Amino acid sequence: MTLKIGVPSKGRLMEKTFEWFGARGVIMARSGSDREYAGAVDGIEGVELVLLSAGEIPRELAAGRIHLGVTGSDLVRDKLADWSSQVAELAPLGFGHADLVLAVPVSWVDVETVDDLDAAAAAFRRAHGFRLRIATKYHRLVREFLTAQGVADYQLVDSQGATEGTVKNLTAEAIADITSSGETLRANHLKILSDGMMHQSQAVLFAARAADWQPETRRALDTLYSMLAIDARF
Amino acid sequence: MSSRAEIRAEADRLFAAFQAAGAAPVEADILQPAETLLDLYGEDIRARAYVTQDPLRGEMMLRPDFTVPVVQAHMAHGADPARYCYLGEVFRKQDHPGRQASEYLQVGFEVFDRTAPEAADAEVFALFSSLLAPCNLRPATGDIGILMAAVRGLGTTERRRAALLRHIWRPARFRALLDRFSGRAPVAPARAELLARLASDKAEALIAAAGPMTGLRSGAEIAARAASLLEDAQTPPLAAPEAALLYDLLSLQAPAGAALAHLRGITAMLPAIAPAVDRFAARLDALEARGIDTASLPFEASHGRSTLEYYDGFVFSFESAVKGPPVASGGRYDALTAVLGQGRSIPAVGGVIRPALVAGLKGAAT
Repeated sequence: MTLKIGVPSKGRLMEKTFEWFGARGVIMARSGSDREYAGAVDGIEGVELVLLSAGEIPRELAAGRIHLGVTGSDLVRDKLADWSSQVAELAPLGFGHADLVLAVPVSWVDVETVDDLDAAAAAFRRAHGFRLRIATKYHRLVREFLTAQGVADYQLVDSQGATEGTVKNLTAEAIADITSSGETLRANHLKILSDGMMHQSQAVLFAARAADWQPETRRALDTLYSMLAIDARF
Repeated sequence: MSSRAEIRAEADRLFAAFQAAGAAPVEADILQPAETLLDLYGEDIRARAYVTQDPLRGEMMLRPDFTVPVVQAHMAHGADPARYCYLGEVFRKQDHPGRQASEYLQVGFEVFDRTAPEAADAEVFALFSSLLAPCNLRPATGDIGILMAAVRGLGTTERRRAALLRHIWRPARFRALLDRFSGRAPVAPARAELLARLASDKAEALIAAAGPMTGLRSGAEIAARAASLLEDAQTPPLAAPEAALLYDLLSLQAPAGAALAHLRGITAMLPAIAPAVDRFAARLDALEARGIDTASLPFEASHGRSTLEYYDGFVFSFESAVKGPPVASGGRYDALTAVLGQGRSIPAVGGVIRPALVAGLKGAAT
């Protein structure tokens, strides 16, 4: 039985992951044609590369269909209930940095903090007859943050892309999304709340608690621990 | 673990007892319109209720409790007064594996009666107490009405009173507001900066300078809140003795008889709570008349203040020594009937028992 490691199947996240492992002697590469989602691992025995969409890696980890997986810490926290009971964080990889933030129109000169947003939401509901809409795809993370902060009179509306445009399109009053430079937010006349940082995300190597950990996959994991200089154990 | 048959038998026994106490059995749909529940509880209910999509009716929720449909049915075509009971499954999503049931039976009893609310409170509590007597549970009681009365009587602006009342079921937020309004928490640097900026020019000019306007929230709404922020910054903090009494009230925890004496003692300094304290006293008399020893009955002024609740008066629960949710809980929810009654309202009190927990305790005892 081989140890299956799930890695994002394309883009910068895949390249950076290959680089990170490669620098530590675990050589990952796509095999076959450019379009074929197949990969190979050199430099270590008994490890199999599984190329997956980054968004599906949390689910595959939770199901135990892969032993290890590289994906954003934001995706794991948002997609998995009680995430730390399902997966273990083995190592932050130091790339794929992005912040999950709350943003409102720049014209809201009266709103700088989550506390202001809460008060604005109360007034908005009175004036418009419905709860202030926050567009996001990170439903669990955003709701847990706002519940912990005691914010009321808001609703989350689903937005799977171009979230920054929802305010201009009048389908939301505020947004919660990831940003690395804040440029898209500024271009859409939005500003970040000063205490609205919900999660600082980066790519992380996770281990699946539900995976079938046989003696041989454990041995491969031990080899990886030493090659990758990982101190964490699960 | 009790078998399903044992749990069902316990549920039937409790349901029969509620009917013997004069309640008419009622049914409720398992699929409830999500909109009503979301408007009532806010987005938090999504984390707890199963949401599903109906091709014609839109978003629906698997019944997370019976209170809302029972109140709706009563407001639409109920007798006045009325006593109802119900038995059925409720559904609550659980985010942590294996700890709590996500589907379980509830047996409930609700009283809609205008004549003597305190007597109705006592009737419900005494009925639950006698039905649960074999389980040796610890009762807990509270009265959110006293806290609400204290807030309504605060010598401050209507805006500050409304802000506190809005968050009365969110203890952390309530506390943060109270700390700010009483001057115990310093003005946050972000707020101080914001106030300085708002004071520097007319709101309309600041909005124009900030950049293009997007979204539904209008310039007038933004200017109105900016004005209210500046006004609030000029509001003096709550008088120290008044604030101290409110903090005292939040942490009041004593046997009911002693709690009443304490509340009587502070009523002179917080006269707004006098009617609520009178109701508390009348309730204790009614409980005594039903054989409840109020000298030992635990009371906490903050009991029952949690999100996803709607109680605004008497609250109670019965807890076992086993860690987990209460075996039974309930309270008064007059305001909810106004929200769901489209202009009409009726004083209402009730509670639910979880027969699986009762059966488990009885099984463990034998």
